[in-house]
Amino acid sequence: MQREGNGHREQYETREHDVLIIGAGGAGLRAAVAATERGLSVGIVSKSLLGKAHTVMAEGGIAASVGNVDPEDSWRQHFMDTLKSGKFLNNWQMAEIFAKEAPDRVYELEQWGALFNRTPEGKISQRPFGGHTYRRLCHVGDRTGLELIRTMQEKVLATEADIYMETTVTKLLKKEDRVVGAVGYTRESGKFIHFKAKAVIMATSGWGRIFKVTSNSWEGTGDGVVLGYDAGAEIVDMEMMQFHPTGMVWPPGVRGLLVTEGVRGEGGLLRNSEGARYMENYDKEKMELSTRDVVARANYTEVQEGRGSEHGGVYLDITHLGYEGIMKKLPTMYEQFKNLADIDISREPMEVFPTVHYTMGGIKVDPETCATNVPGLYAAGEVAGGLHGANRLGGNSLSDLLVFGRRAGEGAAAFVGESVHSADIEGDAVRTEIGRVLEPLEKGGEGESPYLMQQELQVAMMEHANLMRDGDSLKEGLGKILALKDRLPNVRVGGSRLFNPGWHTAQDIRYLIQISEIILRTALERKERRGAQWRLDFDGPDEELGRINFIVTKNGQGEAGIERREIPPMPEHLSSLFEEEKAKA
Amino acid sequence: MSEGNGKNPGNVTSMAHSPVPNEDLGKSGGTAKLKIFRGDAEGGQEVEYEVPLVEGMVVLDAVLAIQAEQAGDLAVRWNCKAAHCGSCSAEINGRPKLLCKTRVEEYDGEEIHVHPMRAFPVIKDLVSDVSWNYEVSKAIKPFQSSEQAPFTMYEEDVERLYEPKKCIECFMCQDVCHVLRTHHKHPEFAGPRFFVRNQWLEMHPMDEADRLADLKEDNGIGFCNITKCCTEVCPVDIKITDNSIIPLKERVASEFYDPAKWLMRKIRGNGSSRNGN
Repeated sequence: MQREGNGHREQYETREHDVLIIGAGGAGLRAAVAATERGLSVGIVSKSLLGKAHTVMAEGGIAASVGNVDPEDSWRQHFMDTLKSGKFLNNWQMAEIFAKEAPDRVYELEQWGALFNRTPEGKISQRPFGGHTYRRLCHVGDRTGLELIRTMQEKVLATEADIYMETTVTKLLKKEDRVVGAVGYTRESGKFIHFKAKAVIMATSGWGRIFKVTSNSWEGTGDGVVLGYDAGAEIVDMEMMQFHPTGMVWPPGVRGLLVTEGVRGEGGLLRNSEGARYMENYDKEKMELSTRDVVARANYTEVQEGRGSEHGGVYLDITHLGYEGIMKKLPTMYEQFKNLADIDISREPMEVFPTVHYTMGGIKVDPETCATNVPGLYAAGEVAGGLHGANRLGGNSLSDLLVFGRRAGEGAAAFVGESVHSADIEGDAVRTEIGRVLEPLEKGGEGESPYLMQQELQVAMMEHANLMRDGDSLKEGLGKILALKDRLPNVRVGGSRLFNPGWHTAQDIRYLIQISEIILRTALERKERRGAQWRLDFDGPDEELGRINFIVTKNGQGEAGIERREIPPMPEHLSSLFEEEKAKA
Repeated sequence: MSEGNGKNPGNVTSMAHSPVPNEDLGKSGGTAKLKIFRGDAEGGQEVEYEVPLVEGMVVLDAVLAIQAEQAGDLAVRWNCKAAHCGSCSAEINGRPKLLCKTRVEEYDGEEIHVHPMRAFPVIKDLVSDVSWNYEVSKAIKPFQSSEQAPFTMYEEDVERLYEPKKCIECFMCQDVCHVLRTHHKHPEFAGPRFFVRNQWLEMHPMDEADRLADLKEDNGIGFCNITKCCTEVCPVDIKITDNSIIPLKERVASEFYDPAKWLMRKIRGNGSSRNGN
């Protein structure tokens, strides 16, 4: 359905759907399949072209305890590994649902045409990964994310869902306490759209772009978490940023580009400039296959203590696989280093260093339905928080997208089915928002460049909220970010509305500043060392803080209010798993 | 860059995390000159820009540096910057290239002209309208199997599918294909990308749909006269002509031009029979 809005100033189109999904990565597309299966009208908004979302960058695999190579594996073990890696800050109910349902989501992908590497018995092959007790990652070479997103994309193209490519949402619309749609614009033309929807699903990925060195694309600006926060949603665990242990370091243009954990899964060794396999000093048992938080800190420490490589990294060596083996298991990595760094990884080691990769925190959701505390608003995938706690296991993200993408789609569909409300809004909220979004283009006069402001923010976060943190530095960082917040109204851009990246960046900078502020504030509150949050001014984990999540909501004054919320005790059927394990040891 | 002093180990000293902008690391002292198309559907012209040359710089680095410092509204698509997503396709000196994978040094001494893909309508600057490709994709019969996953499939059954599955949808094969670029057969001809997709679907051991009639009629596979231009530009080295198009042409030929099958169709009056794998 469409009709034209008629205002005194700005024409805009109106599009109406039962469910509006913001984000077209694995979670958004899986949600779309679920909602269309219920016969609902679905709209999917994507900032990029279809199939380019960050899911495509996932390389190593999708974790699910199908037990094809290690039959001893079980959902219970997957659940336990996930909680241990997350240092028990995880929402245990989400982790239980996740571990139980991941195998079905993998089989479903195969049913829809996805192709994985095979075992000699003709089953889906599985590889080892850091922190997983058993070989658990279903994979196809080192391009598993591409296989997932293409399969989902082709599945969604076969439905009736409308896809709004290269479209940016700037605001969620509410009526009373409910979310009833959104305002957005088409990047190509700069024309505005009022999306009316009975339910909205946030599936907008993370916010790695607040850091200078990141594996994330330009899209990872955290739009969804801020849009949700502005609409009243609770957000959780925002201090927990994952630094992937292995990003590229040289040449400069590729700094931060991901080197898949699959390299270590396939036996890659980490060495320092003295040739020592230093992981034995950090995790003697798991060595290179320790969890990401541990390996990232180890890599960082080796360089910090003067045992780094020429360009300030450590060495990752996969030469033992040989050219043939690498082309079979890690062909993308071979090409990436060959093309971009003139390095033949079958003959020489890679130089790597931690890179900002993933955001454990995000919008707090109900584990069963992915509903937020705001009626009509749902969230799934990286933008949602809770499943991964203080540190995510490699391979758990792809299964997260599908398990909770599906649940969000079904949750939203059930909500739409039960509701009788209209998505009409009163007043001129749409027009007010359009005016706000156009400001940097139309205000005129001298102002600040959004590109340079973004760079300034990235440098500040790199300096003050890196993977080793301390209170004084976090406070200094917060001061810098708040100063940037004050300068936000000065942003100006030139050019027209037609596909204007400067104007688009002027929207992003607001999200980056708001998220950075929240990260710094929650990192100041968590006075301990736990998973990805590593405070140098405190000695170890704090027992009391280990039972607490920090929940942030926008308070009455428009400021970030932080609440310490107790994690409910685990039910007996889950806690007994850990007790049995302890008894065995 | 901050120096390590032992007192504040949180103050990272690695140049890998140094706050110095990329363009200040590995600076060569030289510059790169790029002539970039600036314009839209109405027309436009090349504009020359100069940026500091940095070790290992790719054309996308140069374009983004220009965007950040000299031309804020310069339109370009990009995402992963690692040749995995296929977003930053454009034409450099008339050849389709991924901007993120093409080193500036490759053009040592030559002028670098950067234009949008020309087989599709220009939107603005380096961005062209590739939405037609998604319409073609939507019309292809998706994977279909009455078997219930998990499937039992052996490596030798599926290994030939890995190659077409590598496609990153950069659409450079579509851009270079003269059936589309020169002869504008956009409605009648699906283009190399979609023969690649048809190939894995048709060769998947568990797939049961029949796409041969569609390949002949809707996708116009007969228009391709195997000049291999598509294969030459594929950034992930798919042998599109040899491994995707020719095998599909053979299947279509044996389905529709085999005299025995033609006779069977006449007698039975049905359109097609399933051609096995």
